[in-house]
Amino acid sequence: MKNELIKPTALVKSANRREFLKRGTLSVATAGLLLVGCNEDEDMMPPMMGGVSLGSGDIGILNYAYALEQLEAAFYAAVLGGGYFANANAEEKTIMGDLEKHERAHREFFKAALGNMAIADLEIDFSSIDFNSRTSVLNAAKTFEDLGVAAYNGAGQFLESSDFLLIAGKIVSVEARHAAAIRDLINPGSADFAGDDLIDANGLERTLNFTQVLTAASTYVKTPIDFSQLPS
Amino acid sequence: MNLLKLLDTMCPDTKTPEEKDTFFSRRDAFRQFGDLSKKMAMAAIPLGILSALPKVAKADTASLIGVLNYALTLEHLEYRYYQTGLESNVITAADRVIFQKIRDHELAHVKFLQEVIANVLGGTPVVEPGFDFTAGGNFNPFTDYPTFLALSQAFEDTGVRAYKGQAANVKESDVVLTAALSIHSVEARHASMVRRLRTIKGQDTVKGWITNGSIGSLPAATQSIYAGEENVSHGGVNVVSLTGIDAGAVSEAWDEPLTDQQVLGIASLFLA
Repeated sequence: MKNELIKPTALVKSANRREFLKRGTLSVATAGLLLVGCNEDEDMMPPMMGGVSLGSGDIGILNYAYALEQLEAAFYAAVLGGGYFANANAEEKTIMGDLEKHERAHREFFKAALGNMAIADLEIDFSSIDFNSRTSVLNAAKTFEDLGVAAYNGAGQFLESSDFLLIAGKIVSVEARHAAAIRDLINPGSADFAGDDLIDANGLERTLNFTQVLTAASTYVKTPIDFSQLPS
Repeated sequence: MNLLKLLDTMCPDTKTPEEKDTFFSRRDAFRQFGDLSKKMAMAAIPLGILSALPKVAKADTASLIGVLNYALTLEHLEYRYYQTGLESNVITAADRVIFQKIRDHELAHVKFLQEVIANVLGGTPVVEPGFDFTAGGNFNPFTDYPTFLALSQAFEDTGVRAYKGQAANVKESDVVLTAALSIHSVEARHASMVRRLRTIKGQDTVKGWITNGSIGSLPAATQSIYAGEENVSHGGVNVVSLTGIDAGAVSEAWDEPLTDQQVLGIASLFLA
């Protein structure tokens, strides 16, 4: 996963897209972003105005987690201010209230742990989510929680510090608890809490790599994230 | 069988500086096994690769086998519990789909761990112990549904803590670590579901996450399963002081590990 940048559409649009294609550096194109090799596009990409670099080594991984926790915390803060939450039943209010606190605690923990190595606050865009709609909120929550679990599970192998690995392990199982609860709210009493869409025939939950996770997150994150120095 | 004997097969983590190079070359070798999407291919890796690993790597392999046999023992317990429960018809019809799914996962974990231990690491998987889920006549999980649910929660929350406690012990193998993490989160999903199910049925007030190390309405014998879950400090950061968020919510937001000794102490209550 070296030498790749995640850039929101707006930034990439200003670059010379035809040149990318001609030079073969365009590796992935999605609705939300382009992934490009950063070594070869220095001459044509705009500078990382307002972007963040996650950094390298364990710091880079912790910043990766911090970025995801920023996204989740911002999401639940918005949920609590929306029409869905105002009219939700008691159980769902409790769950959403808890998840807001948990994700805010995770976010603030990483910020404190990283100190002056922490990335800046990300600019979040939830315009695709209707916070007055139960279906929209729960589906977004499912996306974020499942994504968080897959991200931590995929990143664990790159942590060198056993202490950081343990802390990540303490958090990922809580994200999995969240994910199961949200999935059960969407389809109560079913097997979806640990569905076959996520868990394979060996009983192992999916993992996602940095590119997959940041690609998924880029729908909601406007700040460009440079993860080119993360371990691989 | 003596569960504690498993621990004897786990090598002490004593690496001299000069062994670092071979250690890291082995780390690379494991990385070449690829990610989990290729795990079945991984399971087919010829034993010759492992026997060709340097001396320190063999010691690490023995350690991995020990950890995975410990995990396998817990998966045997969980699988047998759910299989027996499903056969006994103690489970409400509407809930069977949930426990069939959990049972399927535990069986898959058993088979996966057996495969990795035997055909990847060249070890010998532990045989399934005999279990006594009444714990000497104290519980009746297969005739009383609330008890079945209570013990299910206890086993799942224990499983989450057990895997968490072993992460650092398998980190020299990216493949094994990632597999362990991928089982760990599945156990956490199970735990969340069973906990909420108990509350929905009016048997408890617990949430999907563990608050202040509380056992809720579980039997007092389960206290050791939740001991330490009230922790709110991580990496030297007291998150309550940092954020002003209440200690209950902060305790919920981080799950805590258990050592193998602690887990085996819990599991031993259910050995025949």
